[in-house]
Order: sequence, then structure tokens, then C-alpha cells
Amino acid sequence: MSSLLSFYLDLVPSPPCLRCFVLQLGRDERRVDSRSICVGHRSSSNNEAFIPPKFCDNRIVSSKYTIWNFLPKNLFEQFRRIANFYFLIIFLVQVIVDTPTSPVTSGLPLVFVITVTAIKQGYEDWLRHKADNEVNKYPVTVLEQGRRVRKESEKIKVGDVLESSRDDDTCFVTTASLDGESNHKTHYTVPDTEKDLESLNATIECEQPQPDLYKFVGRMHIYKTDQEPAVRSLGPENLLLKGSTLKNTQTICGVAIYTGMETKMALNYQGKSQKRSAVEKSINAFLLVYLCILVSKALLCTILKYVWQNNPGQDEPWYNEKTQREKDTNLYLKMFTDFLSFMVLFNFIIPVSMYVTVEMQKFLGSFFITWDKDFFDPEIKEGALVNTSDLNEELGQVEYVFTDKTGTLTQNNMEFIECCIDGFQYKYQDAGTDLDGFCVTDGPVNKVQHKAGREKEELFLRALCLCHTVQVKESPEQGQGQRDGLMDQVDGLGADGEGLHPPPQEQRGFIASSPDEVALVKGAMRYGFTFLGFESKTMKILTRDNDVERYELLHVLNFDPVRRRMSVIVRSKSGDTLLFCKGADSSIFPRVRQEEVERIRMNVERNATEGYRTLCVAYKYLNAEEYAQADAGLREARLALQDREEKLMAVYNQVETGMSLIGATAVEDRLQEEAAETMEALQGAGMKVWVLTGDKMETAKSTCYACRLFQKNTELLELTVRTLEDGGRRREERLHELLVEYHKKAVQDAPPVKAGVTRAWSSANHDYGFIIDGATLSMVLNSSSESNSSRYKNLFLQICQNCTSVLCCRMAPLQKAQIVKMVKNSKGSPITLSIGDGANDVSMILEAHVGIGIKGKEGRQAVRNSDYAIPKLKHLKKLLLAHGHLYYVRIAHLVQYFFYKNLCFILPQFLYQFFCGYSQQPLYDAAYLTMYNICFTSLPILAYSLLEQHICMEVLLDNATLYRGIAKNGMLRWGPFFYWTLLGVFHGLLFFFGVRYLFGNPALQDNGQVFGNWSYGTIVFTVLVFTVTLKLALDTRHWTWINHFVIWGSLAFYVFFSFFWGGIIWPFLKQQRLYFVFANMLSSVSAWLAIILLILLSLLPEILLVVFRKLRGPNAGQMKHRLPSSGTSTIFMLSQTASTHSFSWTD
Amino acid sequence: MMASSYTAKEEDGHITVSGPGALRSRKPENTAFKQQRLPAWQPILTAGTVLPAFFIIGLLFIPIGIGLFVTSNNIKEFEIDYTGVDASSPCYNCSQSFSWNSSRPCTCSIPFYLEQPYESNVYVYYGLSNFYQNHRRYVKSRDDSQLNGDPKSLMEPSKECEPYAFHENKPIAPCGAIANSMFNDTLELFYNDPNGTKVQILLNTTGIAWWTDKHVKFGNPGGNSPNLTAAFQGTTKPINWRRPVFDLDADEANNGFINEDFIVWMRTAALPTFRKLYRIINKKSGMVPTLPRGNYSLEVVYNYPVRSFEGRKRMILSTISWMGGKNPFLGIAYITVGSVCFFLGVVLLLIHHKCGNRNNNADISN
Repeated sequence: MSSLLSFYLDLVPSPPCLRCFVLQLGRDERRVDSRSICVGHRSSSNNEAFIPPKFCDNRIVSSKYTIWNFLPKNLFEQFRRIANFYFLIIFLVQVIVDTPTSPVTSGLPLVFVITVTAIKQGYEDWLRHKADNEVNKYPVTVLEQGRRVRKESEKIKVGDVLESSRDDDTCFVTTASLDGESNHKTHYTVPDTEKDLESLNATIECEQPQPDLYKFVGRMHIYKTDQEPAVRSLGPENLLLKGSTLKNTQTICGVAIYTGMETKMALNYQGKSQKRSAVEKSINAFLLVYLCILVSKALLCTILKYVWQNNPGQDEPWYNEKTQREKDTNLYLKMFTDFLSFMVLFNFIIPVSMYVTVEMQKFLGSFFITWDKDFFDPEIKEGALVNTSDLNEELGQVEYVFTDKTGTLTQNNMEFIECCIDGFQYKYQDAGTDLDGFCVTDGPVNKVQHKAGREKEELFLRALCLCHTVQVKESPEQGQGQRDGLMDQVDGLGADGEGLHPPPQEQRGFIASSPDEVALVKGAMRYGFTFLGFESKTMKILTRDNDVERYELLHVLNFDPVRRRMSVIVRSKSGDTLLFCKGADSSIFPRVRQEEVERIRMNVERNATEGYRTLCVAYKYLNAEEYAQADAGLREARLALQDREEKLMAVYNQVETGMSLIGATAVEDRLQEEAAETMEALQGAGMKVWVLTGDKMETAKSTCYACRLFQKNTELLELTVRTLEDGGRRREERLHELLVEYHKKAVQDAPPVKAGVTRAWSSANHDYGFIIDGATLSMVLNSSSESNSSRYKNLFLQICQNCTSVLCCRMAPLQKAQIVKMVKNSKGSPITLSIGDGANDVSMILEAHVGIGIKGKEGRQAVRNSDYAIPKLKHLKKLLLAHGHLYYVRIAHLVQYFFYKNLCFILPQFLYQFFCGYSQQPLYDAAYLTMYNICFTSLPILAYSLLEQHICMEVLLDNATLYRGIAKNGMLRWGPFFYWTLLGVFHGLLFFFGVRYLFGNPALQDNGQVFGNWSYGTIVFTVLVFTVTLKLALDTRHWTWINHFVIWGSLAFYVFFSFFWGGIIWPFLKQQRLYFVFANMLSSVSAWLAIILLILLSLLPEILLVVFRKLRGPNAGQMKHRLPSSGTSTIFMLSQTASTHSFSWTD
Repeated sequence: MMASSYTAKEEDGHITVSGPGALRSRKPENTAFKQQRLPAWQPILTAGTVLPAFFIIGLLFIPIGIGLFVTSNNIKEFEIDYTGVDASSPCYNCSQSFSWNSSRPCTCSIPFYLEQPYESNVYVYYGLSNFYQNHRRYVKSRDDSQLNGDPKSLMEPSKECEPYAFHENKPIAPCGAIANSMFNDTLELFYNDPNGTKVQILLNTTGIAWWTDKHVKFGNPGGNSPNLTAAFQGTTKPINWRRPVFDLDADEANNGFINEDFIVWMRTAALPTFRKLYRIINKKSGMVPTLPRGNYSLEVVYNYPVRSFEGRKRMILSTISWMGGKNPFLGIAYITVGSVCFFLGVVLLLIHHKCGNRNNNADISN
């Protein structure tokens, strides 16, 4: 029997069982705030007016389509895109109006595009169907009238009792597939439910489904035949979520309360808002330009046509009479259809295939990120993850990097460093050897100064052992089915000290929701106090004297980021009720007696500057009366259905007062591998790095120094509550004063920053670092008067933009997003990137242009909401500098090239109108018109846009400054666009007029025979295909065999196709226009010579430009070379554990 | 049992599989392609590599250009406009009194003098100006399957041929505007021998159309049936034609749809001013020039009206070389491009030389 069960619906576990319910939903369809569920579908006898509830079934539908609606729905979806719709319109115009090109020419590419997209979406939907089916057909056991029935998962109804028992009222689950937190979580059964499932008659009232994974409010009414109905509160700890996995627990029973699409998991899988990249905006702008060109071309032609036709004899010469229908058509209608015809004729200027190619490039290109073995982390055995491929190129455009501190810059791998008890400092020196000194009388404590009283010491250690929510991972003999041991990321206790501990602890590990807690418990263990675990509501600890003490756990006052502390209320054997509280200094100090604070504050601050995370520990005795009051308050608040959070908070705050401070702890959080190097590379690449953290200023500052974000010559501008309170005046005034002062310093007095110079070699300049905290930030953003607010905001932004790094500490998650949003919307709308690993970073990850999640220890929420996920911070460097850079260059080139090649494709056709009486006669054959973008020129550019490395990756990584070369959308600004357009126009003119002069005498064959209009078009087209392909070949700097294959292959294919197309009388064609045209063309020496000349002449300026650039190049290259490479200055930085910032002065 | 992998993400474009990944090791394969490390040739265009290319191009193009130019210059071409716009022109009367229905053809004779003898084969072209053979309505007004000899299309010409598909309820063969407006002037050349006799020059009517057109693309209905009149039974001639299609030439192999004059006309010209091959004057054996120096006269049976659209008609006599007819453009273009390349090569060489020196100096000073 497996101890692992997966939940396919959200259910309330109740190992013993449950019963019936009342539905309050009336006849009207009004939405109610809560739902009521009859447990086991046993209608309670005291409720006659029972209306069967309508809940959705447990079927998960994540798929969009069914077989039946796929076609219409998918087509509808696709034609909602502007581009597709445009081409559909063109197609319809071609069908309806008499246009120069047959509907096939635009219909075929459109069908191709639509089909490819439909196949892709169909495949994705098929995958979803498969995933759905796997979930929906999963067998489950349902208890029906006491019988166990096997059912398919999708048939579970709300109110069904499911079996999945343990004598204990708890079960463990992991929610790895939900939020990635693989640590075991304890869930509890509803207290006081009877053991007998049959007799349980209960209803559950709970809130309507909502997506928050960590919130649940409900109430359970248990009807007993002889008593008043009992009411029990249900919280998130009673709810098992769909997608979680049962661990260490064999069977549980539960009642289904949310099913199918109403489970929290399903509610959380709603799509994110689509992010659009800057490149896409550029494409749209260019598209608009080309649309204007298109319309004006069509308009010009229409006007000229009617002007020309006014000349006598031109409109309808005797040799070319109109049909009766044409003669009857209204003049204005004719003009309109003529305009449409010209639009159709020139519509190829807006390339259908560009959208497909861009999509393919993004989709396929993103695989290179997932495939990159440098992103593979052997620890978690995962590589990078791409959640959206739309933003690949945005990685090459980042200007601002917002990074979280904990887990991102630092490893979130906590290690207990020292503690301070009653003002005395205890430093733990060496974990390995020190154990020899472990003896009962002496204590493991290495005394630095004097020792605090033994009583205090022990109280402190007990506090550490009791005040937490850590679980002890069971040893193998207890839970037999522990094959999942490998999967757990449990902090196993090392080999140290095992022999000394009582027997069952061979494999002791701790499971906790935060690594700090484990570090503290393990820290206490080093000093001789070992937490042995829970035994149904009793906590056991092993003291230094090898006594086992038992404490009854009465209440846990959970940690939350607002209170920044947590407490437990325990009752000792002697009957004392104690409250232990631990939390951030800022939240503890105001709640303890002030005389104790000073001694400890000093230690805390010193620890904080050294980069440690500090926590203060306090306690208080509760007398019976106090306890009763607190107990009642807590119970009441927990039962509330509305505003439970607020009510609980109020009680917590009330209980956690008047405590006495015992001591403080310092836990070290190591820096991530290569954190400093990465940060330096990012700064070298011209990115501004902002650290946004919820941590306290001192800790964050030291991390910044360690990461080289601040350096010794960085002048720090502090705008925190401390500096605001310095002057002793009102904060608002002081804020104003400081802002103006800093602004003067950093913005006005600063010399104009030259784009090319970076701080690494301009250290003579003053560097500024800016520090702001959450409280001050909210003052800046929400200043009392409206006008001040925007002014402060501006000042603040300007200061920040002139600082090399900015540190924002004490940030609430929402404030992080606020900052990102502020920068994002500031002048020049810079591209922002957020990187974080925890749930508190989600908001900023979602807000920024590019969100990067780190697959860290704090769960998977960040990864889930990110656009890209990487295992380690150090991977960011390659992701941005190499991948991002390349992707940007590739797609920028792709876009420009596409517009270029279609411009010089259509321009000759436009020019031809001047020579054919504005009659919309196409220059090229329909086959060429259709195939040009699909076959002849599509693959080389796709291969280029996937494989091009204009500079190889190593060089990109070594020279971060190269990243600046493409900053600010450098390759897609109007300048380059104009250049490419000009090039397209030049080529178009050259192709057309070159052939025009060749056709000055159409007798081009050596037998005196002449060429007609289709030969003309074919020569132009041949020159065109060769030129655009060779132009791309010229731009290609990285010729893999694939490039060779597609470039030469495309040209060969063109020649082959032309022969083939012209070699057969095609029975389905009305006109055999190209019959032997190509072959005849090749038999003419003049045509050959003209083609070669025109191709060469087209490419000549391009070659010249490259060569001249190269000639200027050597100097530029040398200059670059003389600059110190960013690598050398970081040698010293590799000491990742550097905890003081003295190291950074040595540089 | 494994934890549920509810992985299908609703996302536009990309699907990611993100189960509890710890179970599957997803180490990326270390292949050159996936790591973007495919062996690659990384050409860099430098002055060093481009310079020789410039010189080579220059050295190649200039001779070719000169060759082309000389060839083109050696081609003899004589052009005569016989539209008859001026009152002084011999064809003035014909051009003025034009009527489709006139039963008596109007003829005119234009004398001309060839200053040079034409040694090799001489090609006779007729040229039309301001005639939009490339007008869309015109270009599509044909039925290629009818022209290929398809009996069904013969009787039911394509809709594209409108308004030249039916005449008096009979299908027109060949249908369409192109066929209908076929050039029907007859041009004849006479050599005025110095001794006073007028010698008609033999004009060859075959070899003027593309071989594939004559033998594959165009075909008479009924295959090679000798009786063309029967094959075209039930059709009517194009309105503007004077003779039915089966009466274009006495020679069976040049009659009906495979009449070469007709085929040439059916290949629509690219530009409004164009020429089409009319006849070939084959070189006689021996040393006698095909067309010796002297006086000639062009006798025109003036059938084709062009004045209504201000067109012009020309007759062109031209010899042909390997590059085709006379066209100085290619030669000039080649010489220009070749010289520009050469010149650029020199300039680049100078700059390169200078820069190289400067760089070396800079290196030393460093």
C-alpha cells in the first residue's frame, strides 16, 4: 500500500467520518458568499426544504477545443488577429473583385499560415486533453453508504466522502506540484469528529472557491442525535488541495468540497496576461509605415490610371475593348474596385509569412534556452524553463534589473552563526570538531565574554526549541513506505552528534516551511537542546541533561510578513503557560520591556551589518486568566467566516505584548554562486541593478557590498526612516529637504554621463548608491498633497536613474511591483527585468517586462509566474548577455530583412504599373508571387534567425559592454529601418530599371527571337531571389552546414522549380504563361549577363559599407581592447562567504 | 503513483511540462546543435578579402563590357517608321483612310537606302509604339487550351476572352483580344538594283517563334489532320481578321494556330514600345552580303490602324550577334561597373595601406 496519495480534488480530510448538510442556495441564481455541503449526501432530517445543490463535476477541462468545435472556434480565434484578418480581407477582395492576381496567390499562404497555427494549437490542445484525461480517469475510492466504491476521478461529486487513516489526527502532504514547496506540511482533521463514519451527520459551510492557495475559511456543523449541533472551524490546515501528495500517511478520509474547475489548482491555472515585447511594438510601427506606403501606392496608381485614361484612345483602344459588364459599371465603383485591385496587387509588401516566421523563430529559438547545458543545475537536476517564448529578444534589451535578495542574491541556505543571550554573545565556531566538548556540565557554548546565567541560557534554548512549526521527519522504521526519501528536500542532520542522541534519531531531519526555522532548531541542538518532535499536540524536547521535557502546544500564532513574528503558547508539565515569540527586531522591540532592549540591540545591529539575518526571541508567562482570555479570543476569531484574518491579527497583537526579551540569533545566508560576478557583468552591460528586499537595511546593505553593487567609493544616499528622523523635524519636511539635496548631488552636479563610459573605468567619477526603505517609499509615492507626490516621484526617479545601484529594503511585495511599475513607466520606458524566487516576488515578476524565476527553495510560485526560470542567479549572465543578445540581433535582423525583401519584391511590380497603363498587370507569375515568401526566401532567414552568432557566445560573455551596442532597441529604431527601406528601394529600382534597359531591345536571343512580358518578370524575379538570398548570405557571420544547406538549397530549389513549372503544360492552369520562359531566359547570354550584373551591383554598396566599417573598425577594436576587461577586477570577489565588507576595500 | 502532473498551461505559444521535476533528470543533451556550437565558418569581410574581389571584378567586367559594347556596335540596325503621320510620308493616305471593312487593301511604298552591307542573316522586325500589349485586360484575353488544340475549348472559349469570345453566336477561333488584334500589315522588301531592276528579297516566315511554342504550346484542333478547314468548322474568325485562322498560310505546317506570325504576336510584349520578329532573311551562300549596300523599298500593305491611340509602326532590319539584337546598355553598364570596382579597389587599397601603417605606428607607440 502506498503511503502516497494524490488528490484530485480539494477535500476536507476527516479521518473519522462525516455526515450531512443544508443548502442555503435559494431558488434564485444569486451568488452567495458561501457554499454548504452535505457530507456523504445524507440529507439531514431537520431540513425538509432540501434543494439539490448544483456544483460542477470533478472533471478538469483545461482544453480549449473539442473535436466538433475545433475548426470553427480555432478559425474564429485566428481571424481575430489583425494580420490574419487583413489577409482574409485581401483574399475575399480577390474572390469578389476582378483582381490581377488569382485568389490562390494570397489564399495559399493564408491557408498555410492558418493550417500551421491550427496544427500547433491542435497539438497543444491534444496535450491538454491527454493531461485532462489522465487526471479525470484516475481511479478513486468513494464511500457510499458505508461501501467502498471505485470510481473515476471525474465522477466525484461535491459532498462525496473519499477514503484515503491514521490514528493521529494529522497527515502530511507536500504541495510540490502546486507551489513547488516540497517540504512536508501538516494538515489536521476537524477536531472532535466522531470516529464512526456511518453515524456522522454534518454539513460544511465554506466560502466560494477562490484561487488563494493559503486561504480557506469554513465551518462544520456536526449534528449528533442527542446534543446541540457542534460547530468546528475549518481553516487552510484542514483543507487538502488538489494536486498535493500525501506523505507518511496511509489513509485518510475526506469530503469533497471543491471539484473540477473550482479547485484552487484549477483556479490558479488561469492564463497570465500576455506580455508584448518591444520588438513587437517596432514591428507594428513598421507595419503601419508599410501600410501607409501600400495605401499611398494604391491611391497614386488609381489616380494616375484615371488621369492616363483621360487621354484619347488610351482607355479603350480598338484592340482592347472592355466587356459589356465593365462598360456598365459605375465610374466611382470602378475607381473603388481599381483601388482594391491595386491594394491586392501590392499587398505582398506586408508579408504574411513574417508572422509565421517570427512565431516559429520565437518558438524554436526558445528551445536553445532549455537545451543549454550551462543552465543545468546538478543539484536540482533541472535546467532552464521557458514559460513564454514571446520575450526572447527582450532579454537582450534589459535596462533595469530588479532583484530580490533572499534566495536570489543569497542562497537561502541558512546557517546558525551565533546568538546573543541577555546581551552576551555566543559564537558557534566549528561544527565538526566542537562536538568533543559536548558535555552536560560545560555546555557546547563557546563563551566569548561572560556567560549569561544558566537559567537564561536554557530559557533561550527552550524558546528556540519550542517556538517554531518545524516537523521532525520520521525515521524509516516508523513510516514504512518511505521510498520518497529521495524526493524530499529535507535538511537532514549530518553525521555529527548522532551517536550521542537517543536511538530513534538516526535519520533525523527537520521539515519546515522556512529554512530559518530549521537553522534555529539545529542551532539549539548544537547547544544541547534537541527538539524531538510532536506527539499529538505535545512537543518533546531533549535537554542538555538528557531529560525529555514535554510541553503541550496550545496555540500557534502563525508567522506573517506583516507582523514579522510568530509565537507559540505552550503549557509545561508544571502547568505554567508560556508564550514564546520570535521575530524581526523591529516587530519585537516595541513589544518588550525597554530596559532589556539596549543590550541586545547592539548585537543585533552588528550582526545585521555583517550580513546576517537576525531574529529576536522573547517570552512571557501567561497566568490562567490571561490565557483563558487569549484562548477564547483565538477560538472565536478562528471560527469567523468573515474577516477572519483581521480578527486573528487583532487577537495576536493583543496577546503578544508585554513580553521580555531573552536574546537574539544570527543566521547567515550565503551569497549565491558567482553573485558578485554576475552583478558586475550586468552593470558592465549597462544595466542598472536595483535590489528590492523585505529584509532590513543593514543586512541588505551588506549583501549589496558583498555583491559589489556598492563599492568603497560609492557614496550612499540614504532615504530611510532613520535619516528622516535625524533632523528631529517633521518627516515630510525632512523628506523634501533630503530629496532636493540628493537630487542636487546626484543629478545636477553630476557630469553628463557619456553612454560609452562605465563606472568600472571611470572610478574617478563619483558613484552614488541610493537606499530607500518601504516606509519612506510610501511617503514618496503617497505624499499628502497631490502635487508634491508627483514631484517627489520625479525627484526620486531622477536620483535613482543617476545612481549605479539602488537598494530598496523593507519592501512589501506590492511595493516591489510599484517600484517596477514606476520605472517601467518612466521617461523612455526602459525595459525592466525582475528576478526572484519566492512568492513575495511574484508581483514584481508579473509587473516587469521580463520576469525571471529562480528555482529556489521558497517554492515554485515565482517560477510559475515567471517568463523564464533558471536554477541559479549566475545563469542570468548567460541568459542576458549571450542568449538575450543573440535573440535580439536575430529577430531584429529577421524583421528588417522581411520588410526589406518584400519591399524590393513589390517595388518593381509597382513601377511596372507605369509601363502597363496602370492596368494592375502583375509583373511576376502567380506561382512566383505565391512562392516567393513561402518557399524561395523563407528558410534562409529562418535558419539565420535561429543560428546566427554574429559574435560568438564566449566573447559576448567576456565583454559585457557589447550588450550596450544593442541597447534601446538599437537595431529596430527608425534609423536602421530607414536604411533597410532605402536598401529595398534601391534594389527594387535597380532590378526594375536594369531589366527595363535590357528590354530596350527585347530581341535577346541569338536567333533573333524576342522576349515577352513574362520573361521580363522572370528575369526581375530571378535577380530578386538571388539578391535577397545573397544579401542574407553576406550578413551571415556564422555559417553552419544548415545555413549552407538552406541558402544554396533555396537558390537551387528556385532554379529547379522554375524549370519544372515552365516545363510542363499544366492542365489545371488557364494560361500557360511561363511555359519555357525560364529555360529560354537561360538560353540568352544577355539575360545571364544582366542578371549577374544586377545582382553584383545590388550587393556592391553593402560590401563597400562593410569594408569601410571594418576599416574604421580596427581603431575602435583597439580602443575596446585597451579598456580593462571586466573579468580581472573580480578575482578577489570569489570569496562568496565574505560576510564583512572589509574585503571589498582591498581591491 | 506519482503526483499528478497537471501540466498543460494555457499559454499562447508555448507549452511547458513542469511536473514535480525532481523525478526525471532532464539534463540537456550535450550536442553541438543544442548547445549552439555547430562548427561554423565565420567569414569576415575585410579589406584584405574584398580587395582582390574588387580587382577581379574590375578586370573581368571591363573586358566583358568592351566585348559587349563592340559586339553591340557591330550589329547593324536599320529602322524605318512607316506610320504615315506626316503628310509627306508615303503611307499618309493609307493611315488616313483607314476602315476595317475596306475590301481593297491600301498599299504604300517607302524607299530607303542602306549605307552598309548586311553580311550575315538579317532579321526583319516590326515595331509598335504606345501599344499596350501588357495591359492586364489584354494580357489575359486569350485561351491557351484553345490554342493548344483542345476541341472543347475551341467551341467554348474561356470567359477570359470576352468580349472577343463569340461573334454572332459562333465561337471565335482564336478567341480573345490578343488574337483579334493580330498585326496584319504585310511588309515586303525590294532591292533596287543599280541597274534599275527591282528584286524582291526572299523573306523566311519560319524560325521566328520559340520552338516550344510552335511545337508544344500551340497546336491545331484535330491534331495533324490535314483538313484544317474541317477542324475549325463551326467557329468564326476574329472580328478584325480578314481571313480565317485556317487560311493564314498556304504551308500546312505554318497554318492555323501554329502559324508563326500568330505565335509571335501571342507572346505579349513587356513594354508598350516593342518589336516583334517578322521575317528572317537568310544569308545566301558565298561571299555575297545578305543585303548589299544600296537602295531598297519597303512595300507595305497597310492594314493595321494605330493612329487612334497615337501609336507608331516601324520596320527594323537588324543583324544578330551572340548577345541578341543591338543593345548598348549591357556593354556600357559592364564597363561602368567594372571601372567603378577597379577604382574602388584602388581607393580601398590606398586607405587600407594608410590605415595599416597608422595602426602599426599606434601599436608601436603603445
